[in-house]
Amino acid sequence: MSNDTETLEQFTGKEYKYGFTTDIEADSLPPGLSEDTIRQLSEIKQEPEYMLEWRLKAYRKWLTMKEPDWAFVDYPPINYQGISYYSAPKKEAQYQSLDEVDPKLLDTYNKLGIPLEEQKKLAGVAVDAVFDSVSIATTYKDELEKHGVIFCSISEAVRKYPELVKKYLGSVVPYTDNYFATLNSAVFSDGTFVYIPKNVKCPLELSTYFRINAQNTGQFERTLIIADEGSSVSYLEGCTAPMRDENQLHAAVVELVAHRDAQIKYSTIQNWYPGDDEGKGGIYNFVTKRGLCEGENSKISWTQVETGSSITWKYPSCILKGDHSVGEFYSVALTNRKQQADTGTKMIHIGKNTKSTIISKGVSAGNGQNSYRGLVKVLKSAEGARNFSQCDSMLMSDRCGAHTFPYIEVDNPTAQVEHEATTSKIGEDQIFYCNQRGISTEDAIGMIVHGFCKEVLNELPMEFALEARQLLSISLEGSVG
Amino acid sequence: MLRIKDLHAEIEGNKILKGLNLEIPEGEVHAIMGLNGSGKSTLASVLGGREEYEVTSGSVDFLGKDLLELEADERAREGLFLAFQYPVELPGVLISYFLRTAYNSKREHHGEKPLEVREFSKLLKEKAALLELDDALLQRSVNEGFSGGEKKRNEIFQMALLDPKLCILDETDSGLDIDALQVVANGVNTLKKEDPSKSFLVITHYQRLLNYIVPDVVHVMIDGKIVKSGDKSLALELEEKGYNWVKEELAA
Repeated sequence: MSNDTETLEQFTGKEYKYGFTTDIEADSLPPGLSEDTIRQLSEIKQEPEYMLEWRLKAYRKWLTMKEPDWAFVDYPPINYQGISYYSAPKKEAQYQSLDEVDPKLLDTYNKLGIPLEEQKKLAGVAVDAVFDSVSIATTYKDELEKHGVIFCSISEAVRKYPELVKKYLGSVVPYTDNYFATLNSAVFSDGTFVYIPKNVKCPLELSTYFRINAQNTGQFERTLIIADEGSSVSYLEGCTAPMRDENQLHAAVVELVAHRDAQIKYSTIQNWYPGDDEGKGGIYNFVTKRGLCEGENSKISWTQVETGSSITWKYPSCILKGDHSVGEFYSVALTNRKQQADTGTKMIHIGKNTKSTIISKGVSAGNGQNSYRGLVKVLKSAEGARNFSQCDSMLMSDRCGAHTFPYIEVDNPTAQVEHEATTSKIGEDQIFYCNQRGISTEDAIGMIVHGFCKEVLNELPMEFALEARQLLSISLEGSVG
Repeated sequence: MLRIKDLHAEIEGNKILKGLNLEIPEGEVHAIMGLNGSGKSTLASVLGGREEYEVTSGSVDFLGKDLLELEADERAREGLFLAFQYPVELPGVLISYFLRTAYNSKREHHGEKPLEVREFSKLLKEKAALLELDDALLQRSVNEGFSGGEKKRNEIFQMALLDPKLCILDETDSGLDIDALQVVANGVNTLKKEDPSKSFLVITHYQRLLNYIVPDVVHVMIDGKIVKSGDKSLALELEEKGYNWVKEELAA
């Protein structure tokens, strides 16, 4: 075994590929948080009064709250006054076309493997890119406008579509929701807004890339997606950050609303900087994601591949309010080095015959700690509700850990709730079997892990499935041999 | 092709192989028979390159190379194939993908360009047809949910595809009914006919398999050594008289 363990250990050595910084001048607010900071932020963003009011309410609420400590993660206290709450590339980012974008920024995105211009031409994927705090470029805007689809930065939406923003912002994740969501409500800098009108099938995959570049900045993006009756949309977000010795805070909020017969598919490939082998640096990823299946027969599906961040605290959830609505959660969480992840979902069944599926795959390597935490709640009103949960864990070293915390609360006797869980250690027998067919240990491990995660990877849009596969391999591979 | 000299090997301090000598020339079929615990499967594992086994002395020459210096995956690419007694399951890993990776690893090792998906599928179908294997099996995950017979057939199928020079069958007959046994044996004989230069080492407990895969040489293994060798009639003699007869003869 010792040899295999050693080999597995070597897989932890791979360098973080996206750890470069972009040397670009930025306008930043000095570190610190107060009502003044929020006023300044709101002013920089030229926000209408209603937005500032909302932010201030959230901030005052936040001051009364305590940071949660129930998650199975361990980190030193965060100094909220040491963080800058706004940073933007100096050239103001109001571009009419990609040609106006600073070439250094475009180069950054190219390094990240998202050639905006390429994508524009080839992939048929509309991309919104958020760099530090502001949204840089949204491709394919015109094409989407033809179908009445709104896909823009949330800052733009605050100004241009106040009615929609007022109606929906905070409707799924109220500003009082939890410590990190409340903080986000006070200081969110940018993010993405999507509105799909009635009966429109969004013609493109929508996608946002988030990147933290500046030092000592937090990223607090806010995403709001509304799918009106009978519409559907598939949305993907990807995230990276440079390597820094200090930790950086990322506290995002995502709200989804699906009306009658509408479908939202939300996919995440999260690859924030995970910190080094000693656990130094890395992103604190404290994210609140929640979807509301408001109408009958609506469906919200979350798929996430989480390989980055030093701490992940994230529970994409579905509130199944409409009768016959469907919620899904497909997750791969990989922790390596000293990464810690506490992630899972909440499925709240309110409407009749609502259905939810949870498939969670946790892969732990190195000193990684991986927890699944999930709640299935069936209210009295949820006649005929059904849930199926499957939580599988794979261990790749003797020092990592996998934990499962399932919570089930059922108030309706007609509900059916199933839960399955397995834990396995990657087998030396499996690796030897592959070796004996001529397959290197590195390829063998990649193959076995992909196989283990397959049900989740299959849920990703085609264009991104390959990217996720590569990311998993990169996160595991190292200097073998 | 294979020359083993005075091989000693142990696992967790238990000495299992105690000075084993064996030579298999090109194109020959050799059988090793022996009781449980005589070290037959250890020999297969040591030749395959399993790391838990420690070789304490002796040498193994495979096609002019020092086999013991090579990693398990390199041995495979050099043309050594081990059909497992208990093939493991790889959930979620498609056979076609698994085999393409294996096949292309070997090609690259020999300085050849990897085969594209389409070319490879063609090859896969040809080999499946040769062994009368159902195509549907190729769309499944490696050994996942396979019956004992299906697993063994899959081993032989992989053997056909990867085209090794030396094939080691580790108690491939265990747990097979007579029909499955015949299918496996037919597969081996087909490969042998296709390429008479291939050598086989058939490790078995029972003589029964050797009715179908006829050996050129039969070796008897007792307590980590080969103690007697003969032609195929030796297998029959063992079947009839048991292993004690060999032991007594040795003691005499």
